[in-house]
Amino acid sequence: MPNPDATGHWGEFGGRFVPEALIAALDELERAHTEALADPAFTDELDRLGREYGNLPSPLYLAERLSEEAGVEVWLKREDLNHTGAHKIRNVLGQALLTKRMGKTRIIAETGAGQHGVAAATAAAYFGLECTVYMGEEDTRRQFLNVARMRLLGAEVVPVTTGSRTLKDAMNEALREWVASVDHTHYLIGSVGGPHPFPQLVRDYCRGIGDEARAQFLDRTGALPDVVAACVGGGSNAMGIFTAFLDDASVKLYGFEAGGDGYDTGRHAATITAGQIGVLHGARTFVLQDEDGQTIESHSISAGLDYPGVGPEHAHLAATGRAVYEPVDDAEAMAALEKLARTEGIICAIESAHGLAGALRLAKSLEPGARVLVNLSGRGDKDMGNVVEYYGFAGAPEKKEA
Amino acid sequence: MRAADAFAKTKAEGRAALVGYLPAGFPTLADSIKAVDIMIDHGADVIELGIPYSDPVMDGPAIQRAADQALAGGFRTRQVFEVTEAVAGRVPILVMTYWNLVERYGVERFSRDFAAAGGAGLITPDLIPDEAAEWIAASDEHDLDRVFLVAPSSTEERIAATVAACRGFVYAQSVMGVTGARAATSVAAPELVRRTRLRTDLPIGVGLGVRSGDQAAEIAAYADAVIVGSAMVNCYLETDDVPAGHQRLAALTADLAEGVRR
Repeated sequence: MPNPDATGHWGEFGGRFVPEALIAALDELERAHTEALADPAFTDELDRLGREYGNLPSPLYLAERLSEEAGVEVWLKREDLNHTGAHKIRNVLGQALLTKRMGKTRIIAETGAGQHGVAAATAAAYFGLECTVYMGEEDTRRQFLNVARMRLLGAEVVPVTTGSRTLKDAMNEALREWVASVDHTHYLIGSVGGPHPFPQLVRDYCRGIGDEARAQFLDRTGALPDVVAACVGGGSNAMGIFTAFLDDASVKLYGFEAGGDGYDTGRHAATITAGQIGVLHGARTFVLQDEDGQTIESHSISAGLDYPGVGPEHAHLAATGRAVYEPVDDAEAMAALEKLARTEGIICAIESAHGLAGALRLAKSLEPGARVLVNLSGRGDKDMGNVVEYYGFAGAPEKKEA
Repeated sequence: MRAADAFAKTKAEGRAALVGYLPAGFPTLADSIKAVDIMIDHGADVIELGIPYSDPVMDGPAIQRAADQALAGGFRTRQVFEVTEAVAGRVPILVMTYWNLVERYGVERFSRDFAAAGGAGLITPDLIPDEAAEWIAASDEHDLDRVFLVAPSSTEERIAATVAACRGFVYAQSVMGVTGARAATSVAAPELVRRTRLRTDLPIGVGLGVRSGDQAAEIAAYADAVIVGSAMVNCYLETDDVPAGHQRLAALTADLAEGVRR
């Protein structure tokens, strides 16, 4: 397994840039995680939960009509069919089971649009853990349905009113709260970011995506895909599908970041493409920051990709050239979302549409018949508000003249 | 002037030092210089200048608000040298900063410019010695103090490693939580100071939560320095009138200075 070094670094990236007060908890977490993965009682239970509760393994699906249009074989890893509608169930089940194993009784989580918050609240309900979710005040208004879901699931939702009142501030608040409650609380982080061991731990719980897909792909085609593509915000779904293919030199890995209004406008969330190396939320990685190192607000139609940092392992894969990262803007992502809906009858999440759009763009430069595996990381139910706004689908159906 | 100079003086006087914190650029650049002078005039032995940062994960609402206000006023990292230069000479001036700001400026370049401005050293709340190789080299090169933090959750091994990397003094985070004035002082702090003292002869400062002379006196009984931040910041947040804020700061500092002398 391509793990970081003993102090949590992949090359110059990663590490622990957090107050000393958290180090003991991070050490405890690292120990517990390592022991849990080596304990069949833990891994068997996690597998069973995935199967019986999470609807795993997710299917691998050849999108034939889309493939015809694209000129390459487009294979979709259907994480959109998982319980709670995205790959995130894998992460939360893993971390919540680990929380129980550590004897902690409460989880806290940060959330942007609310998807990770809903997943965390789901796992908390399943395991009978207390759950508090930090969410930017603006987002609690825009995503009131997800707030309602979390509350229905028994979680407390705390609107965050500091800073820019977005995901990054929700993460700040979760870290602050964690320092004060670390003796009985686990910080169930939502992506492959944060201080060591979080990036490795979240990846380990998400890597089933790629492990399954690789086996399914070999089983169905007798070969490996030529390209594996995924969207990248913090990067958990992308690390989830990339990890199994890291040692397959023939497989090209592509991560597609949110290009927002267009990369040239400066209003985007393309952290690796545009960012500079810095420290944010406990890790050294690429960060959207100004000349002084103050964090710059990111922009994307996709709340799940709207984050000014990225997981440190992605930073390392970009720096070493093992994976390639490119921006996909709002318009290109929405076009891919519509194309998938109309050719395949699948409404995916806007996040996942970034990965699909990037793959379709890439397809133009590939040999005809090349095999492209896309991680369809989530479903689009949650995004219908944005879709309505974007396409202007709202209003009564047109009346036919009598 | 280094931290050791201040502690030599307070030790000779048989008392703890008072360390006063304010973010540079708050409430304005000029007023932050004035505020530091006020703290020194009214008995602060050491000054901690914060550099406002967009994502201050170790700070509570008061210091966050102050940082936001300074940044909204256009504060730039390099202005901390301006403030340092204006106030240096009477007491040691340390900068407390989140690490990304130093890394972005350049660790070596920051150390050089800060030393040239008359600064004494850095307090680094989100930098542990394990990640600090570049800073340790630069602070040796430019003869700057390095203040790392210990916390109630720190193991014996980590306390030993952390104090070994410190120079000037050791910052003991008295509570598991963010900065902010509290009604009651920490019960964990005396134990943390006791554990830390077993590992070092450096002075030990206790911070997080102090807001009155009585609390300062309580901490001064077992620590070498009493560190006060949010209560200082609140002097300006609680009024829109900067001169009134200056008056509050003068009164609070005098009260705290009296506390460490009891």
